[in-house]
Amino acid sequence: MQNTNKLYEEIIIAGFGGQGIMLAGKLLAQTAMKSKKEVTYMPSYGAEVRGGTANCMVVITEREIASPLITQPNSLIVMNKASLEKFTPRLKDNGLLIYNSSLIDYEPQVSKTIKVLAIPADQLAIELGNHKSANMVIVGAYLQMRGIISPDTAADCLTQTIAKRHHKMLEVNKKAIYCGAKFAKEQPV
Amino acid sequence: MSEKKLICGNEAMAEAAIIAGLDAYFGYPITPQNEVTAYMSRRMPELDRVFVQCESELAAVNMVYGAVATGKRAMTSSSSPGISLMQEGISYLAGAELPAVIVNVMRGGPGLGNIAPSQADYFQATRGGGHGDYRTIVLAPSSVQELADFMSLAFDLADQYRITVMVLTDGILGQMMEPVILEKKKQRKLPPKNWALTGAKNRKQNIVRSLWLGDGVLEELNRKLQKKYDEIQKKEILCEEYEIENAEIIVVAYGIAARIAKGTVDKAKKEGIKVGLIRPITLWPFPAEQISRAAEKAKAFLTVELSCGQMVEDVRLAVAGKVHVEFYGRSGGGVPSDSEIMKEIKQLAAKR
Amino acid sequence: METVFTRTPTLKDCTTHYCPGCGHGIAHRLVAETIDELQIAPKTIGIAPVGCAVLAYDYLDVDMIEVAHGRAPAVATGIKRTNSDKIVFSYQGDGDLAAIGTAEIIHAAHRAEQLTVIFINNAIFGMTGGQMAPTTVLGQVTATSPQGRQAIGQGYPLQMSELLAILPGTVYVERCALSGVAQIKKAKKAIKHAFELQIGGANGLSLVELLSPCPTYWRMTPVEAMQWIEKEMTKVFPLGCLKNDQ
Ligand SMILES: Cc1ncc(C[n+]2csc(CCOP(=O)(O)OP(=O)(O)O)c2C)c(N)n1
Ligand code: SF4
Ligand SMILES: [Mg+2]
Repeated sequence: MQNTNKLYEEIIIAGFGGQGIMLAGKLLAQTAMKSKKEVTYMPSYGAEVRGGTANCMVVITEREIASPLITQPNSLIVMNKASLEKFTPRLKDNGLLIYNSSLIDYEPQVSKTIKVLAIPADQLAIELGNHKSANMVIVGAYLQMRGIISPDTAADCLTQTIAKRHHKMLEVNKKAIYCGAKFAKEQPV
Repeated sequence: MSEKKLICGNEAMAEAAIIAGLDAYFGYPITPQNEVTAYMSRRMPELDRVFVQCESELAAVNMVYGAVATGKRAMTSSSSPGISLMQEGISYLAGAELPAVIVNVMRGGPGLGNIAPSQADYFQATRGGGHGDYRTIVLAPSSVQELADFMSLAFDLADQYRITVMVLTDGILGQMMEPVILEKKKQRKLPPKNWALTGAKNRKQNIVRSLWLGDGVLEELNRKLQKKYDEIQKKEILCEEYEIENAEIIVVAYGIAARIAKGTVDKAKKEGIKVGLIRPITLWPFPAEQISRAAEKAKAFLTVELSCGQMVEDVRLAVAGKVHVEFYGRSGGGVPSDSEIMKEIKQLAAKR
Repeated sequence: METVFTRTPTLKDCTTHYCPGCGHGIAHRLVAETIDELQIAPKTIGIAPVGCAVLAYDYLDVDMIEVAHGRAPAVATGIKRTNSDKIVFSYQGDGDLAAIGTAEIIHAAHRAEQLTVIFINNAIFGMTGGQMAPTTVLGQVTATSPQGRQAIGQGYPLQMSELLAILPGTVYVERCALSGVAQIKKAKKAIKHAFELQIGGANGLSLVELLSPCPTYWRMTPVEAMQWIEKEMTKVFPLGCLKNDQ
């Protein structure tokens, strides 16, 4: 685990409605809380969501959090092209970009200081038998890349994050988190 | 049950109100506070308490009027357009001296506006809003934890003074999730509700009213109300003072704006600027004395709001011309960013 | 090539913000076609509600006004009383007309205002995220009736058309459904009749209720939503003409 004294992680997760963007953000927030960090989670809401895009902001630190809103994230997770184009210009130097290469078929142009991971989240999720777990694949990959919190904690937090009526999906989502982490570990960055 | 829970502001308020002994909730859906209504629709029946989805905010505030008149703890919640509709009822609550709690999760206005966060209902909330010479206590939390903590405070204040307490917050705080501790707070020592409509058994009839036609009677009531408001102003002001001892610039902000500004104050201090923050927690009664005191030493004030400048008028009244009061605000859903506030602070510092 | 079908001019050439399978789009088209067939576009003033159809002025190319939630019939009264030569219609959802605006619609009808009202009954508050409406049917699960609507405590589905039909101030009340080609054709005829009455100076309010799908908050596919209207909604809200005085 990296030294987290100066930790001020600002993450934006974005995609379209139905990709489980909010759930991914909530899981990150729950996991951060379990790991004794300070955390805020801010969803886009209302009519914005009707338009088909969805995004959320998660701030993870070790001290009091000022604003839950993020203008310049240091980590960006994008699940579709529109989100990639909207948010990538805001990414901080030395930041991290993780994108869903199942739906984004070109290499994003970003500054050399930015770490980039392309992960075929949909494809990996389909291989696991549940297309809807692409969000969990990407959470696993993020946790692995950042090394702030362990994917094990995220797997443990699933029960609190996922609504009870969907608890039959716990196992496959757990697998998806580990699958994403494994994929990230094996990539040369 | 003091374990931390990750929960959004709207649900935190709802659960905290339930813990504080809420007997009845009345509401009408409106974004961005729908989570309160949805939460109540689930939890209140589970606890065998009252939940009603009303046909309008006009109905909601009047159902509250009825429930609190019988001595129960009742509340409603809404967002700006709905709160405007409630003003008639709030005026009646004031006239009849009934204790009610009303939450306003502010959104952009005027009119239908939008559903983005805003602080543009400050005037409406702190000046009474409806007709007549009255006040409501206005609490302005700046975190999800405070949203929860202020619910029991709101009910206690309402019961103690027989007054409407408004919890004034915004779309960001309502929607965002943060770890919170939800626990039962120690209740204040409260006067008995011997005015409540409980059935005139072995006592004289009780009447709840706001119509006073007799010669001078209404004036007398108004004097009594003012005395009560004076007492509240003496005893109930809440305000956070942050790093103001040696500050030359004082930022004044409440709610979400204060929270953002606090981060900026920290950064500015690191750059050697002598800056502090005053955060009014009660917007009425307003911490005028604290601001006036700070104005003796500071060289300039900066008020930051999610509006075109409303609280800044109270700040200017309190500063009373001693030093310059600058304003920075965003409106209609805009939120002042850390860097925008920093720019304002630096400009003020450069003028020194 | 011969043109066999074109978009009616009053319906603007743009994509709407409605969800796939939503009934609002169909209702807009029927209103637009009616206005064009009756050639009244230059003298029509429309009132958009607060609800999913709040942006109706972006889709209907006539003069339109946006009003506070539920207040359309009052605003319409103000417009019509001061402009008797204009054709004035309000377009309202079931939250707008049957909850917050109940007083306004009842009193507009009671005063026999010469207005045309298009009432979209989708048994839900669409815009705010799927809460219970006064028209929500018993047992229906919504964001604020998580156990399904119970008559005791949450009330019975409110039959506004029946209620309005008994008032002497209404001249025409009909309930139709947007659940299939045949029904939609009937709806079109009803809407046209309602406008014609106003044009002819009929002494009262004409209202057409349209049972309309909201696949999003009924949590159904568009096809299932159409079927649900026919199977479930029409049981509580029977189709047909409730009143035709002229
Ligand atoms: C005074 C006020 N209260 C609440 C709202 C929030 N609100 C907007 S639309 C709506 C209900 C919409 O339902 P309906 O009229 O059935 O239209 P639909 O979206 O289903 O077409 C509500 C409660 C508001 N805009 N103004
Ligand atoms: S929420 Fe329902 S009524 Fe609103 S646009 Fe979508 S389908 Fe139509
Ligand atoms: Mg509706």
